[in-house]
Amino acid sequence: MTNESHIHHPNYVKVWAALVGSMSHVRYVLLFAAFGVAAIKAYLVAKNFMHVTVEKRFVPYLLVLCLLFVVILFAGAAPDVMKHSGLHWNKDSAKQAVQSGMGAAPKHE
Amino acid sequence: MSTSAKPIANTRSATGIPTARLITWWVIASEIVIFGGLLATYVMHRIGHPEWADSASHTLTWTGAFNTFVLLTSSLCAVLAHKAADARDGPRAAKLLRLTSLGGLIFLSVKAYEWTIDIREGFVLSSGGFWSFYYALAGLHALHVLAGMIILLIVAADAAKNRELQRVECIGLYWHFVDIVWIFLFPLLYIAR
Repeated sequence: MTNESHIHHPNYVKVWAALVGSMSHVRYVLLFAAFGVAAIKAYLVAKNFMHVTVEKRFVPYLLVLCLLFVVILFAGAAPDVMKHSGLHWNKDSAKQAVQSGMGAAPKHE
Repeated sequence: MSTSAKPIANTRSATGIPTARLITWWVIASEIVIFGGLLATYVMHRIGHPEWADSASHTLTWTGAFNTFVLLTSSLCAVLAHKAADARDGPRAAKLLRLTSLGGLIFLSVKAYEWTIDIREGFVLSSGGFWSFYYALAGLHALHVLAGMIILLIVAADAAKNRELQRVECIGLYWHFVDIVWIFLFPLLYIAR
């Protein structure tokens, strides 16, 4: 008779990797949590105080469309702004600002 | 005054909602792009500049949290004023609108106190990238609060005489939007460090 457990064993290595990964990205996890709470608050205000859900259908569509414009702006500009170097370009002044701001001596490349 | 002499915003509803409310939604839609664009720009710079965390650690979290409470409470007053206007109770709506405006005044007073501390410590608009965004974002929002307060008082003056009660909802929508903007500004400027 086998003594098989009824518990399904997931890939524990993957779970561990996710846990360790979230530790190394704790800043992003905190940001995500802070924005999650803000999003819930904003939804409650929009739904209950602004009555968006019972407004004519085109109104929420209009608001979402404007939010989409913001997302497009972010997606288009963020890669250049957030990164300080790419395949054929470098932003030395930005790199130096980060390094001196973080307390390290500026490096010359 | 006859109905035909009233502004078109009060008498026409070609889209199924009163034109005054439609205009308010358009204003809010354009404000989403204005504030959204500024917020998105701040977020991408903030991620690219981890050293701004040091500047962000100087912001006064408790004043930001208190101001969130103040604006949420003033939003409650605004929606109660809308309810009173729906019940054709103009004087009560006016009282609640004035309370909403008072919330705005408290918000701005706390902001002034906070900025005084920041400036005395040497953190001004030109002190660095973070502080430029901090003053631009919070300043633009504060201007919206100020404009809202003035309009709230104008609408309240009419509402007290049971006149133009449809405006109570419109200024309420605007005020709730200003509240939502602050809900996102608070974690961005005060919590994310």
